[in-house]
Amino acid sequence: MRAADAIVKALEMEGIEVVFGIPGGAIIEVYDALYDSGIQHITTRHEQGATHAADGYARASGKVGVAFTTSGPGATNTVTGIATAYMDSSPIVVFTGQVPTSMIGNDAFQEADITGITMPVTKHNYLVTDAKDVLSIIKEAFHIASTGRPGPVLVDLPKDITTADIDFNYPKKINLPGYKPKLEGHPKQIARAAELIMKAERPVILAGGGVIISNASKELVELAETIPAFVVTTLMGKGSIPETHPLSLGFAGMHGTKYANYALSESDLIIAVGCRFSDRTTGNVAMFAPNAKIIHIDIDPAEIGKNVNVDVPIVGDAKKVLAKLKKVVEYKQRKEWEDKVNEWKRKYPLKYKKDGFKPQYVIERAYEIMPDAIVTTEVGQNQMWAAQFFKVKYPRQFITSGGLGTMGFGFPAAMGAQVAFPEKTVIDIAGDGSFFMNIQELATCVKYEIPVKVLVLNNGYLGMVRQWQELFYRERYSATCIGCEKTGFEAIARGFGAIGMTVEKPSEVDDALKEAKEIDAPVVIDFRIDYQANVFPMVPPGASLKEIIDDE
Amino acid sequence: MKHTIAVLVENKPGVLARVASLFRRRGFNIDSLSVGTTEREDLSRMTIVVEGDDKVVEQVIKQLNKLIETIKVSEISESSVERELCLIRVHAPPEKRGEIVELTNIFRARIVDVSRDSFIIEVTGDEDKVSAFIDLMRQYGIKELARTGKVAMVRGSKK
Ligand SMILES: Cc1ncc(C[n+]2csc(CCOP(=O)(O)OP(=O)(O)O)c2C)c(N)n1
Ligand SMILES: [Mg+2]
Repeated sequence: MRAADAIVKALEMEGIEVVFGIPGGAIIEVYDALYDSGIQHITTRHEQGATHAADGYARASGKVGVAFTTSGPGATNTVTGIATAYMDSSPIVVFTGQVPTSMIGNDAFQEADITGITMPVTKHNYLVTDAKDVLSIIKEAFHIASTGRPGPVLVDLPKDITTADIDFNYPKKINLPGYKPKLEGHPKQIARAAELIMKAERPVILAGGGVIISNASKELVELAETIPAFVVTTLMGKGSIPETHPLSLGFAGMHGTKYANYALSESDLIIAVGCRFSDRTTGNVAMFAPNAKIIHIDIDPAEIGKNVNVDVPIVGDAKKVLAKLKKVVEYKQRKEWEDKVNEWKRKYPLKYKKDGFKPQYVIERAYEIMPDAIVTTEVGQNQMWAAQFFKVKYPRQFITSGGLGTMGFGFPAAMGAQVAFPEKTVIDIAGDGSFFMNIQELATCVKYEIPVKVLVLNNGYLGMVRQWQELFYRERYSATCIGCEKTGFEAIARGFGAIGMTVEKPSEVDDALKEAKEIDAPVVIDFRIDYQANVFPMVPPGASLKEIIDDE
Repeated sequence: MKHTIAVLVENKPGVLARVASLFRRRGFNIDSLSVGTTEREDLSRMTIVVEGDDKVVEQVIKQLNKLIETIKVSEISESSVERELCLIRVHAPPEKRGEIVELTNIFRARIVDVSRDSFIIEVTGDEDKVSAFIDLMRQYGIKELARTGKVAMVRGSKK
C-alpha cells in the first residue's frame, strides 16, 4: 500500500474525524490519500490558524487535534501554534511534509529543519527516515500526545516516504521503554497529604489546567466539599469548579479576584492540583503564601519543586489522586476561616466604573445571554476581562492561551471548538489587535459554515500594553495606538461573507448579542468600547498577591 | 558544586541534540559530556557533569527523565569510579626527557608517541589526577591537549 494511504488509514484507526491544514508539494501525496477517506479536512488560510484550530478542537473535546502542512514555510508557520499547545499541555499531532530524504541537508526548495526548530516546543517529534517505521511512529505520536502530561507531537514526512510502498499493519502495542507516566499517586504521600489537610485551619485548593485535562472536575469538587476547602483556580483551571459554587473563589494571580489572592496569601495549607505555579499566578514567588504548607499533585514530576518548595509531592493523575484523597479525609468545620473568606467575597467583589461603554459590561451581558457558550479569548485586556466576568460553569468551557499568551489564538481556537461541537454557541472574546493576527480565518469559517461569534472589544489599542504604559511608563504610549476607527470590522466581516455588526453604546449590547446568538453563521461584532478602560484589580509586577491594587 | 549524572538513552538519531537543546533551553551549564555505547547495542550512555546547586540538579534530572528516549537517569555520587582520558603533546627536549618519563611513570601515564622534540602522553584517571598531571606538564610546554569528558560508574554490584 502507498505509505500516504497507510498514514490516512492509521489516522482513521486513531478515530480522527477532522484535520486542519494547507496542502503543498511535499505533502501532496497525503492529501491525495485524504481525498478518498472519510476524514473531514478543513483548509485554513494560514498554518498558524490550522494548529490553533487543532488545539482549540483538542481543548474543547479532549480528543487529539490534527494538523497537516507542507514543508518549509508551511512547517515554520506552525511554530507559534505548536508552542502555544506546548505551554498549555494540549494534545495535538502536526504532520509536516518534508523534502525527499535524499535531499535533506542540501537546502533544497522549501526545506526547513522543522524537527530541529520545534525540539524545544514539542513533547516529542519525529523525522521519518524509513517508510516501514511510519506506522509505529504515528501510533507513538498519538500515544505520547494524549497520555501523561499531554502536549504537541510533530511528525515530519519526507516526500519519498509518503510515496513508498509498505505493508499496512498498524501496531497495537507501543514500545517506548523510556515513557511510563506515573498515574496512581504514592499511597504514603496521599496519607501524609490527608494528615496535613486534617490539621489545617485555613486550607485552600489551587486548581490548574491539569484538573481540566485529567477530567477531574467532579473529583475536585467532591474533595473540596468534603474537607471543606475553598477553591481558587489558575487562569487555565477555570471551569474545574463551577464559578457559581459557594466554595469557588474564582481565579488568582495578577488580575485575579482579590479574595482568591487573599485566601492564598493567608492560607496555612495549599492543595495544588495540576498547576505549575507560574509567575502570573503566584505574584512575587518569594512572598507567595508565606504561612502555607504546600501539597502538590501533578502528573509531571518536573513541575514539583520547580517554582515553589513543596511539603508533600504527589506524582500522579489528578483524577485518580483526588479520588483517593477524598476517601481518606473527613469533614471538619473551620468556621473562623470560612467567615473570613466569605467576608472578603462580600467586601471585594469584582467591579468596574459604569460610566461610558465598558468592556466588562459586554462580557457580563454575554454571560447572561449565552451562559453555556464555549468561550475562547485572545490575549490582553480582553482575556482578563473575559476571565473576570464570564462565570465559567463547566470544564473545557473556557479556552485561552495562558502559558504562551498568544495573540491570534482565540479565533482559530474557537473555530476548532465549534467543529468539535457544532451545536454549541462558541464565542471568541477578542481584542482588536489580536483579532487581526488571524482574521483571515473568517474566510474558513464562511466556507465551512462554522458559526463562531467574535466579540471584538475594540479599544483601538494594544490595550494591555497601553495599560502598562499608563501605569508604569508615565503615559508614554509608544507604539500601542492601532486606531482602527477607519477599519470597520463590520465591513471587514461583510467582505469575507460573514455577518458584521457595530455596537456603539451599552443600550445596544443585548440586542446585538441576542441577534448574533440566533444567527447560524459566523458573526463579528465590533464593540466600540471606552479605550481608557483598564483591568483591575491588579498585582503590580514584582509585588506579592496581597498587594493587589484597585483602580484609584 | 559539580554533579555527575549518568543518562541511559535509546540509541537513536537526534538524541544528543535533544539533550543539548534541553540544557540550553533551561539554562543548565554542561561542564563536560561524554557519549558512547553500552553493553546493549540499542542503548547509549551519556555522562554529564553539570555545575549547579541541588535544586538545579534535581531539575536537570527531572527534565532529562521527561525526554521520551531517556531510559534512566542517575546521579553518581561519592562511591563511584570516575575516569577521564587525556592526550598531551608536550615539549620534550633531550635534557628534559628523563624528568618527563619519571613523572609519567609516577602517574601511571603512558608515552604513546615520540618525536624529535616532543612526546604524546596518555593519562587516565579521575578528574583531580588528570588535572594534576596536566599542571605538572605545563612547565615543559604543552603544545596540544585533548581531554575527554568523564565516564563514571557506581561501585558494587549492579542494582
Ligand atoms: C503574538 C503576540 N504579540 C505580542 C504580544 C504582546 N501583547 C500582549 S497583550 C497585547 C495587546 C493586545 O491587544 P488587543 O488584542 O487589542 O487586546 P486589548 O489588550 O486591547 O484588549 C500585546 C501586543 C502577545 N501577547 N502576542
Ligand atoms: Mg485592543
